[in-house]
Amino acid sequence: MSKQLHYALFTGCTAKQSTPELLSSTLAVADKLGIKITILEEASCCGASHLQDFDEFLSHVLNARNICYAEKLGLTMITICNTCQLNSAMTKHALDNDPKLKARVNEKLAEVGLEYKGTSEVKHFLYTLIDEYGLDNIKDKVTTPLSHLNIAPFYGCHNIRPSELHKDANGGENPYVPTSLDNLIDALEGNPVDYASKNKCCGFHVELQANHTSEVLAGNALVDAIDNNADMMVTPCPLCHLKMDTYQDSIGEVTGRDIELPVLHMPQMVALALGCSEKEIGLNFHVQKATHLHA
Amino acid sequence: MSQSKKVTLKTFRFNAETDYLPYYKHYEMEVGKDELVLDLLNRIKWEHDGSFSYRRSCRHGICGACAIKVNGKATLACKQNALELVELFGNELLIEPQSTKRAVKDMIIDKKDFWEKHAAVKPYVVADVEPHPEHETKQSIDEFNNFLDSDLCIQCGACHYSCPALEANSDYLGPAALNAAYRFTVDTRDEAGKERLEITSELGVGIWDCVKCYECAEACPKDINPIEKITKLHNLQFSEGVAKSNVATRHAEGFLRGMKKTGYLDEADIVTYSEGYLGMYKHIGTAIKMMKSGKIHWHSGIPFIDSMPKIKNLDEVQKLIEISQTNKL
Repeated sequence: MSKQLHYALFTGCTAKQSTPELLSSTLAVADKLGIKITILEEASCCGASHLQDFDEFLSHVLNARNICYAEKLGLTMITICNTCQLNSAMTKHALDNDPKLKARVNEKLAEVGLEYKGTSEVKHFLYTLIDEYGLDNIKDKVTTPLSHLNIAPFYGCHNIRPSELHKDANGGENPYVPTSLDNLIDALEGNPVDYASKNKCCGFHVELQANHTSEVLAGNALVDAIDNNADMMVTPCPLCHLKMDTYQDSIGEVTGRDIELPVLHMPQMVALALGCSEKEIGLNFHVQKATHLHA
Repeated sequence: MSQSKKVTLKTFRFNAETDYLPYYKHYEMEVGKDELVLDLLNRIKWEHDGSFSYRRSCRHGICGACAIKVNGKATLACKQNALELVELFGNELLIEPQSTKRAVKDMIIDKKDFWEKHAAVKPYVVADVEPHPEHETKQSIDEFNNFLDSDLCIQCGACHYSCPALEANSDYLGPAALNAAYRFTVDTRDEAGKERLEITSELGVGIWDCVKCYECAEACPKDINPIEKITKLHNLQFSEGVAKSNVATRHAEGFLRGMKKTGYLDEADIVTYSEGYLGMYKHIGTAIKMMKSGKIHWHSGIPFIDSMPKIKNLDEVQKLIEISQTNKL
């Protein structure tokens, strides 16, 4: 690689609170691959698609502020959560295509000495790894091939839909036939599990207000992965992880099945194959036992 | 794209009057570059099996009759080029009705649930119209543009039968009905907006059951983006003062509580605030598991101890919330 890759990392709230293993494994992977990361310590919550329901304009202002800090550094802003990716990209798309909205948002940002310009890309870490670092280069760095594992890729809605938003800026997957995670698993010499639920919804966003729906959707995906002989599931989204790792007992009650499936964050899986330390990978933070995967 | 391709259509067959279970039949055909999925359905019927049944009418993407699923993808048969799908899914295409459990005969389903939900949101302009008006009821361009794309709905059911929230909860109105609710609510000639906002905000039935998967945005053959309209209905709840304080509205508004204090969402607080202290008991088991694994840190569970991480320049976020917030609960 001729020039060192350097990104501004938007951690999101989850990596700073309930999934510290996501942040540590992301930094470990970047370190192993020689990717430079600057954490945007100024960045706030993206609103997680819920603040947007309450106050759309305010949500645009706050997301634009986050992107401003990546622009100041002149770097691409990378995300490690599908929902952070979606909300940041939606604001970017809205502001870049609507000069009136951009002016209204900038009027507010000027009050705190900031200006949104639209000069930084917003991209999920998964797609920077694949599109910019390259799968072949990752393959070269594998020290612990995952050939003993059947890995069910779970893409998470907000990285693949709406495809109209993601097509140019973020991976450009076909939401009906996504391939990035499958290809990444291949590069790490794991065995990708082919199952119908890989591009479906985990139900996280209605965990509180429509709990039964949430449990049914998560259950469908977990059972589908288990029935196709998965040893573990992997997802680029910590919200999918939280739903499917934390609630396996209650999901099991709803589906009438015993569910025991480790659900790893995408960077944790890469970190396993690159031989990062147990502490960096942080499998001990999972509710569903996953530490046995660090063999 | 090549001129033509040999394609196998693995096709759902079922006759509710005679068959105990559905089955799949394979039809092979050479598919040309300009053929639509509807052409393939016609060829099954005309060249292979005259009893094969499906709905079709306008052949112009406007009647919504020929909506089916191909490899799980919502497809308006008269609008979709067949080889594009071969490119996407390979040489075997899975041809199924929109909802296999609602199949009556082959591609034909019973859309009763769709129409019931559509009717439930009063999908028409409610107004006292003078029998002999002296002038027109005019709409400005902006007023018209407000509902323009939502008005393009052809009631094909593509979004409705792609919605996983509806699959899990049959009481949910679903994206098509909610799009219709939005279309008439923002029509300035209409007088039932508030009533519609009340119908669509009911927990278990309305907008709060949307799982935010964006399947409807992908499925719509008219590019309406139903979830965008659902979000607008969410916003209208608050801007029109219809929103009642409940677990869903507090959850949406409650994000600001943590953001004002630390810049981040406060994961523990959002659950407590949304559910209320009485509703919290449901989450105690989960909370204990999360504490054991280190997912919840002790400090975030103990009130009055302010040890949450904070973002840099938090004052900017506080100021921006103060000067930009437009809605209240």
